[in-house]
Amino acid sequence: MAKHPFHDVAIVGIANSEQARVLEGHDSTTITFQAVHRVLADTGLTPWDIDGVAAGPFSGPLTYYMRNGPAWRSHMAPSIPIILDAASAIATGQCHTVLVAHGSAGIYTERASTAPWTRPANEFVVAYGMFTAAEFALIAQRHMHMHGTTHEQLATVAATIRNNGHAHPEAVYHGRGPFTPDDILASRMVSDPFHLLDCAMTSEGACALILTTRERAQDLPNKPVYILGGACDSFGPSYQHPPAWDLAGPSGRNNGYTGRWAAQKSFAMGELGPTDVDVCEFYDPFSFEIIRQFEAYGFCEEGEGGDFIMDGRIGPGGQFPVTTDGGTMSFSHGGAAVQQLQRVIRGVEQLRGTCVSSQVPDAQVAMCSNGGAGALFTDVMLLGTETP
Amino acid sequence: MSEILQPQSPGIPLPVPTIYSQSYWDGCQVGELRFQRCQDCGAITMDPAPACSACFSENLEWEVSTGLGEVYSWTTVWRPQTPAFTVPYVAVIVTLDEGFWLLANIINCPVDAVHVGMRVKTTFVELSDEITLPYFEPVE
Repeated sequence: MAKHPFHDVAIVGIANSEQARVLEGHDSTTITFQAVHRVLADTGLTPWDIDGVAAGPFSGPLTYYMRNGPAWRSHMAPSIPIILDAASAIATGQCHTVLVAHGSAGIYTERASTAPWTRPANEFVVAYGMFTAAEFALIAQRHMHMHGTTHEQLATVAATIRNNGHAHPEAVYHGRGPFTPDDILASRMVSDPFHLLDCAMTSEGACALILTTRERAQDLPNKPVYILGGACDSFGPSYQHPPAWDLAGPSGRNNGYTGRWAAQKSFAMGELGPTDVDVCEFYDPFSFEIIRQFEAYGFCEEGEGGDFIMDGRIGPGGQFPVTTDGGTMSFSHGGAAVQQLQRVIRGVEQLRGTCVSSQVPDAQVAMCSNGGAGALFTDVMLLGTETP
Repeated sequence: MSEILQPQSPGIPLPVPTIYSQSYWDGCQVGELRFQRCQDCGAITMDPAPACSACFSENLEWEVSTGLGEVYSWTTVWRPQTPAFTVPYVAVIVTLDEGFWLLANIINCPVDAVHVGMRVKTTFVELSDEITLPYFEPVE
């Protein structure tokens, strides 16, 4: 008997489509289908082995075109929440094998503006020129004020992650480096404290995963990667209200540390703590978010994140390597969701030991995350090669 | 001497009020920064909402803020959201003296002078027949 229902679920397939700044000849559907073909090839499964589909807007089309109905379908956002929804459906016997997929291409065409998914219109922010960089900047500036976190510390995070992408042959920005923190600081300012190279880039691409039962996973070709824990924190809708660090209710938990509750629950499910984590596949929309997450998840004390990430701790060979494929800054950032799923895909690659770059030797536990305080949510997953 | 921040010009995307926020925008047109106070628990709710954000009561009444407060966080934006916006502009979250947050832009201020704790007050700029926007400016 598993100690937590998630432990009966394994991720057995992963795939990225091609990723590029612009994927000529593709739209969101065709690139998503490319990722689906690749993930089926990764597992040796056919569409008719799949009895659940969790792919946001593509769930319906995939089931229709694969003719794998009747299939279980998730209605969650296609990021960590949809993976946990799929795992829950499998663990409760609603289905046994779920395809998770998402992709984006041809969405961002007006390049004089920031990407459309970064600037949802809401009456209390729309007239003030807000978009994701500014939202996350308001969080970072507050932390810098409270704790003296520096531009150099932010730049160290960005240089580390961009160097991971520089080394990854499939990253959109492969070969663009190497970067020093000074290179980050020399790039033009976008939204203080974020220079251009502190920010996610935009690109196009898709990805897919397949989850199944622990039992079925034993008959498939890949080393199973188990879900040790996972949970999602939200403080409200993204980009509609002031992104205040201290936003809180009677719980006393604040938006600045969104993700802490999710991390605590995830660690409890997996009977683990931060020191058990071998690789930190943290979501990197902006450099500061990595510093914030180390504090939120309990890797270091509040206010110490800026010092914590220095001295090589988060780089290759460090104690807590972060975002080892280059993340949204350098690997890919396909839109509102695909790059969030890619954090989990990279965590699985690390635990399989199949990374073509920046492989963490003998990685057993990966922590993956999505979101960020500027968006009022953070989702967390813990992956492992073994379950407790 | 750095650039003095200006309000945006007509042509930027403008708010579309809801049934429960209309009084807020009506207040802006007459130079009032309005907020809701719960008649059951006394807490302030902002942004305008259909229920109290402390006790979830629907018994809310409008009051008028002094418009005075201090900068809670800020960011100077150099890459505009869309070409409709003129850069640089500075987005601020202000803690009003009554104790609620408002997100807006700061104007009539040198671009490099904005800092956490800076004292500010609201000022209003008409952007269309229907919408007058609250901005903040420094208090001498």
